[in-house]
Amino acid sequence: MQKSMTTYSPWNRFFNRNRGILIGGLAVFVIVLFFYIWIPMETVAVLNATVRISTPLVLGALCGLMGERAAVINIGIEGQMLMSAFIAFLFNVWTGNLPLSILAGVLTGALLGLLLAFMAVTLKIDQIIGGTVINILAVGLTGYFYSTGLTAKGGLGPIIIPVLSDIPLIGPVLFKNPPITYAAIILVFVIHYVLFYTRWGLRTRAVGEHPRAADTVGINVYKMRYVNVILGGSLAGLAGAFLTLEAIGSFERLMTNGRGFIALACMIFGRWTPLGSWGAALFFALFTALATQISFMFGETVNIPHQVWGILPYLFTILVLAGVGKRVRSPAADGVPYTKE
Amino acid sequence: MDSNQKVPNQPKFLRSILDVLLNENLWRTILVQVMAVLLALLIGAIILLISGANPIEAYAALFRGAFGSPTAIGRTLEKATPLIFSGLAVAFAFKAGMFNIGAQGQLLFGAITAAFLGFALHGLPPFIHMPLALIGGALAGGAYAIIPGALKAYRGVHEVITTIMLNYIAINVTDYLANGPWKDTSPGNVVARTPVIDPAAAIGKLGPVPIGFIIAILAAFVVWWLLGKTTTGFEIRMVGLNPSAARYAGIKVARTLILTMVISGILAGLGGAVETLGVVGRYQPGFNVGLGFDGITVAMLGKTHPFGVIPAAILVGAMKAGSSEMQFASGVAKEITDVIQALILFFVAADVIMRSLLRMGKAGGEEVKLSTGWGKQ
Amino acid sequence: MTNDAIALEVRNITKRFPGVLANDRVNFDLRKGEIHALLGENGAGKTTLMNIIYGLYTPNEGEFFISNGEGLQQVQIRSPHDAIRAGIGMVHQHFMLVPVFSVAENIILGQEITRGPSLDLRTARQKITQLSEEYGLEVDPDAIVEDLPVGVQQRVEIIKALYRNAHILVLDEPTAVLTPQEVENLFRVMRQLTQRGVSIIFITHKLKEVLAVADRITAMRRGQVVGTTTPAESDEHKLASMMVGREVILTVEKAPAKVGDVVLEVKDLNIVDERGVEVVRQVGFQVCAGEILGIAGVQGNGQTELVESLTGLRERKSGQVVLGGKEIPELNPRLNVEAGQAHIPEDRHKHGLVLAYSIADNEVLCTYYQPPFARGLQRDQKAVMNNAVKLIERFDIRTPSPNLPASNLSGGNQQKVIVARELSRPIKLLIANQPTRGLDVGSIEYIHRQIVDMRDRGIAVLLVSAELDEITSLSDRIAVMYHGQIVATVDPDKITRAELGLLMAGSSLPTQ
Repeated sequence: MQKSMTTYSPWNRFFNRNRGILIGGLAVFVIVLFFYIWIPMETVAVLNATVRISTPLVLGALCGLMGERAAVINIGIEGQMLMSAFIAFLFNVWTGNLPLSILAGVLTGALLGLLLAFMAVTLKIDQIIGGTVINILAVGLTGYFYSTGLTAKGGLGPIIIPVLSDIPLIGPVLFKNPPITYAAIILVFVIHYVLFYTRWGLRTRAVGEHPRAADTVGINVYKMRYVNVILGGSLAGLAGAFLTLEAIGSFERLMTNGRGFIALACMIFGRWTPLGSWGAALFFALFTALATQISFMFGETVNIPHQVWGILPYLFTILVLAGVGKRVRSPAADGVPYTKE
Repeated sequence: MDSNQKVPNQPKFLRSILDVLLNENLWRTILVQVMAVLLALLIGAIILLISGANPIEAYAALFRGAFGSPTAIGRTLEKATPLIFSGLAVAFAFKAGMFNIGAQGQLLFGAITAAFLGFALHGLPPFIHMPLALIGGALAGGAYAIIPGALKAYRGVHEVITTIMLNYIAINVTDYLANGPWKDTSPGNVVARTPVIDPAAAIGKLGPVPIGFIIAILAAFVVWWLLGKTTTGFEIRMVGLNPSAARYAGIKVARTLILTMVISGILAGLGGAVETLGVVGRYQPGFNVGLGFDGITVAMLGKTHPFGVIPAAILVGAMKAGSSEMQFASGVAKEITDVIQALILFFVAADVIMRSLLRMGKAGGEEVKLSTGWGKQ
Repeated sequence: MTNDAIALEVRNITKRFPGVLANDRVNFDLRKGEIHALLGENGAGKTTLMNIIYGLYTPNEGEFFISNGEGLQQVQIRSPHDAIRAGIGMVHQHFMLVPVFSVAENIILGQEITRGPSLDLRTARQKITQLSEEYGLEVDPDAIVEDLPVGVQQRVEIIKALYRNAHILVLDEPTAVLTPQEVENLFRVMRQLTQRGVSIIFITHKLKEVLAVADRITAMRRGQVVGTTTPAESDEHKLASMMVGREVILTVEKAPAKVGDVVLEVKDLNIVDERGVEVVRQVGFQVCAGEILGIAGVQGNGQTELVESLTGLRERKSGQVVLGGKEIPELNPRLNVEAGQAHIPEDRHKHGLVLAYSIADNEVLCTYYQPPFARGLQRDQKAVMNNAVKLIERFDIRTPSPNLPASNLSGGNQQKVIVARELSRPIKLLIANQPTRGLDVGSIEYIHRQIVDMRDRGIAVLLVSAELDEITSLSDRIAVMYHGQIVATVDPDKITRAELGLLMAGSSLPTQ
């Protein structure tokens, strides 16, 4: 009789499989502590920037993995973010009502998710082309409907959590954030739970790994894919709302600047798991924030053209993906449209 | 098998043209593509109506700006030229199952390299200088495409993300070059751009027809020959259709993937070079942004066939050429053409819709698998 | 065991696909507690019928009746959900298990037990262990399915059906991946199940098995039911005739082998797979001109990897392959071909053909770069066409034109395209890997003839097959592979099926 692979305790499995990352995380923590003692202000600035930069990436990665766990590839995250950013911005300009604007952004993302699901699941168009349609559509529509001179009535300010925010170092970084930032972190854990511990998650993963097996036990593969992609789209919508309402405060053409694709890299690097994607996003954001900080601190003395800093995020993404290479295993049916016979 | 299979004794060239023209499948396919464009224009018109513009007026102005006069036609062909090159680049990569969204970055490097060779060298006769700059630009594009090709072939990294990242990097690098070491330092210039090229490197026009356009058509012929008539094309297509069988047939799949990307990059780079030498006369940042996506629309509209790319590019080029006139005459923002392009791509990709509308059967032809996951394939 | 009460009946089932009538007014009934075998060759319509019964296809016409304890009641079956509710469970030929999930997760999928919002795997494990003990089907609920051997995976599939209270079980070609001993085991489990009131439909094309275990046998041919009989009233020949509609020669006639020099020599071959597991261990053998060496063994014992290494598609950890006196380096399929090797691959869609390419192009898949088919870069289409025309005639490939894509052909004709391509070159060695899998009897006979023909012409043949009958009737010598090693090399005339089965399962023969 086949012996059991591991004992069932989830914590056990977690520690065993992710030993490297946990040790790495501990090392990072120690280093950060060191820098905080040395140059507190800059360290806090870098950490704050890390959290800020990572939020849209995390949300984008969650969007991507929700779809891909059900075997639908979404490269239209960039377009979803852009369109949602625009709509959220518009609603804010028209109504000044921030919760409503966030909702508008989320719904836009969900709507574009519906379009992608329609293309991928019902029309069975190649999913990369489907995502490209969404990207071009978003660029076109936002460009067309945008006219300069629109000003927004205020953005989302930070929500300060009492007491906790007074803790040195982690206080200002973790507990003085605007709502969407908190939402993103909470969503990481919520989606992790749903994906790995609930019936819905089991069925989603089954649909992504072996859709025919799921079909034969009576699961509606099409419905699962539609819902996952639409829900994922709403996350991308939230990321778009974040960009215009929390981070930047106004809309610019093409403001997403590749974040949607970098989010995909985070998802791959995070092995299609919410916690992994979050870690990857933080990792990436930390690197970017550090680079910016260093360019501030040494910008006077050493003359490095600003484009060098500009290419760093993209270069980093390529290096990370190249390093990970073939060692990642996406859900088995990823990208393959399902046909019920 | 009956012996009627023997080929009749007619001039081969004439026979093959007749074969093409009489092919029912071909006309059906063209009909489906045309319907896609019409549907896209229809929905575009609806969007125009929603935003308070007059679609008829707008489309009329668009048409005028694209075909209304010999100058307009010249402008359309001018806009179509780089589109033919990026369409060919994307279509070529498709055949091996790869999605080269990086045509934009490769094109930028091709453009700036051609500009550099154009302004840095002097005193060469035109029949040396121009081809030299062209080839330099083409090779620059090809070299830049090695990166995503090698990453895909040896590390299994899907080229969608790498090529898009490389596009952003290309924009930054060319920006830097045009703003820094290769900046136009002639008196009175403050804008970021390279100096104007030596006249000997320029590509001219034949009447209203840009010679660059003719070069593009020639490139399409070369691609057609390469894909359909050579062993290399046979190998590339096999890799796109069935990599396992290709491996079994003795084809070195990794090498073929890289070769395909390089050729694709050469085509894109050539497009950038032609644009620089024939139209702009120098490299200026911000030119031709978004051509990565345009190439995809053109390639798909042309059913990824080298000869289909040409009319598709002319159509998209017409929209771009006419959009200024449309904006000027009827106040409609240029970006509506981007929206229409996205819609064209949608309808072309969803030819299932078209075919059921026209009550046609399923499409035949070779189907390449593009999206099959990010890591292990 | 069986009584005359009917558990399931279908009447007048008709199913049309574009271009083919898969089921033609089929009537079929299953008695309570019986094992009813559904026999037919590939393409006869038996899997279609079962997919209809399980709700995966909807028939164009026909009715379903299920026993409700007292009599028969008409039901609608339009989805697997309906079938499961009617008490029907199906074990598919290609398992419907999610490889990365555990046994428990696979079993409860679709019928999950929850505690609040979470999955309750603890209760699931209990239920599975209960079922497992009750029916004698040992499984570990927490094992990951992709790590399990095929025989155990099959047990998981059966428990999956029982978990859903199936009292009608459909088994689709369950023995394809089992050793003879495991087949015996399966039959024992089947009889146990019927004793507990489960009724079983058993789909197969293997005549010996049908005679061994079935209570009744129904034969199908070309979508129609040809007849129903019992093992007592029938034998292999009669069954084969029912299946095919004519007299079938069950063994291949061949003259004694005229063995020549050694053509292929394999020495100390060791292969390790991507996960680091040793799949081929110290394998060595020789194949001489004019003989057929058959490699017998259940799939998954290293045969696939062995053949991949011999054909240049997989690297080896150590060892040598010598063909025609020359040592062949690894991972260079073209060199193998140029050295005179021909290969009929196991998976014709994956390795053998490019389905979208024309038949003509497929015929030159390995030689397209050589004259006369190409001069340098430029291909010669006319030469390619002429070659195709010749091969189509010589090998009797049924197609109106060589320009049609290979996807248009039937399985048998596709295999013929591959055979034509491989056998029309000047070759020294033929490697045939599962050459008749999924083919109709006519094509099987044809390919067997071709293989014997090649051997009679002095070509060395290496035959790898999981079909024991094929190996025993074609081979001049048989090497048995088990867990990556050649455990024995025997003479087919001097060994019984039972003894072969023991060797294939890793046991040694009593006299050895």
